[in-house]
Amino acid sequence: MSSALLLQDRLGTFRVRCGIGRMDYKVDPGLYAIGNPEPDSPVLLSANYKMSFDRLRESLPGRDAWILVLDTDGINVWCAAGKGTFGTEEVVGRVASSGLSRIVEHRRLIAPQLGAPGIAAHEVKRRSGFNVVYGPVEAGDLPRFLDSGCRAEPDMRIKKFGVSERLAVIPVELAHTIAPLLAILPVLFLLSGFGSAEGGFWEKLLRLGPVNAAGFLAAVFSGCIAAPALLPWLPGRAFALKGGIAGIVFALLYLFFRNVSGAQAATGPLETLAWLLIIPAVSAYLAMNFTGCSTFTSLSGVKKEMRWAVPMEAGAGIAGALIWIVSRFA
Amino acid sequence: MGKLVYLKDVVTLELSSDACTGCGMCAIVCPRGVFEVSARKAAILDRDSCMECGACARNCAFGAIRVKTGVGCATAVLNSMLRRQNTSCCCTLDQYQTDSGSPSLSGKESR
Repeated sequence: MSSALLLQDRLGTFRVRCGIGRMDYKVDPGLYAIGNPEPDSPVLLSANYKMSFDRLRESLPGRDAWILVLDTDGINVWCAAGKGTFGTEEVVGRVASSGLSRIVEHRRLIAPQLGAPGIAAHEVKRRSGFNVVYGPVEAGDLPRFLDSGCRAEPDMRIKKFGVSERLAVIPVELAHTIAPLLAILPVLFLLSGFGSAEGGFWEKLLRLGPVNAAGFLAAVFSGCIAAPALLPWLPGRAFALKGGIAGIVFALLYLFFRNVSGAQAATGPLETLAWLLIIPAVSAYLAMNFTGCSTFTSLSGVKKEMRWAVPMEAGAGIAGALIWIVSRFA
Repeated sequence: MGKLVYLKDVVTLELSSDACTGCGMCAIVCPRGVFEVSARKAAILDRDSCMECGACARNCAFGAIRVKTGVGCATAVLNSMLRRQNTSCCCTLDQYQTDSGSPSLSGKESR
């Protein structure tokens, strides 16, 4: 197996980042050789999500190593460790089934640090005789880790969540909104045709439909793109609060462009109120769901946040939708 | 910019100093820099940074750490409340329950 990624590997990464076939992007579990490994070459553990495997092998250019791929059902290391599939049982079983103890002379497995929620190092040692050494969080730090005799600098042990990482998970979030959007946007267009505004049904549908759709898309943009990208700078700690604040800003921008630019039908007070409820509610809900993509939220915290955020999002969203419908006939 | 921190005073992490031998495994596996080991004992340095992944408890050979583990994912909480399985998101809560967690963490019961 080569450490170099081919064009098709990179295209595959791009595809699953967009949420296409993400749950079925796998490599076969088992032992792989990178370069020309010897019996004293290091053994690295990985998951059978192809992107996990690719990140690992591309971090090892010009090196000789064994990669023991665990069967995690095509899920990445961290999520699989949480589920327990990247775990003690699977390590012990895979070490035995691959005949690793006859292939290498040493008794050391280098596990990704983010696999630690699933693997109990002391139990692997007891049951298989192999020592589990935790490598760095990021595969990219592996060369430094290996060259320093399997010692990780403190900063290699910390999971970061920078702008580029946050942006990389946005396409999958957007992909999740496509199905609801396909249901909601046609309804918005249809309802735009009704009401007491000037013009016939089709004329209003074509004139106001895009304007109302833009309002909803502003909410999606706010919750799915703006809030994640600006996460550290938005006030508050709860994601729903951050998303709600971003939503208020986007609601004001949307209303400003509609009313002040004069290009499109201005909103009355009722419709203004409706958008001020709908856009922050949708944005808060979408931002709240970004907790799962983030790398620093706890289940206890998410549950605490949801206890007030879900009723508020639902309340504001439903009230906003009703007021919006009423405003069409006012 | 400092590290991103979530809500204050919510996590379930507990460390028993009596059982701790100061081996330092918790500090090695924690991706959030929660622990510090000095004078042969681990201490919780930055509790609010904990995200309850459970790596420390799982790798403590002396059972000195307890934490209700789970994934901090609103979609997973919603999925488990609506009893949805295997959606396009890989997350459901029940799959994430582990030994060190309480037996019933699923959505409604925890309230």
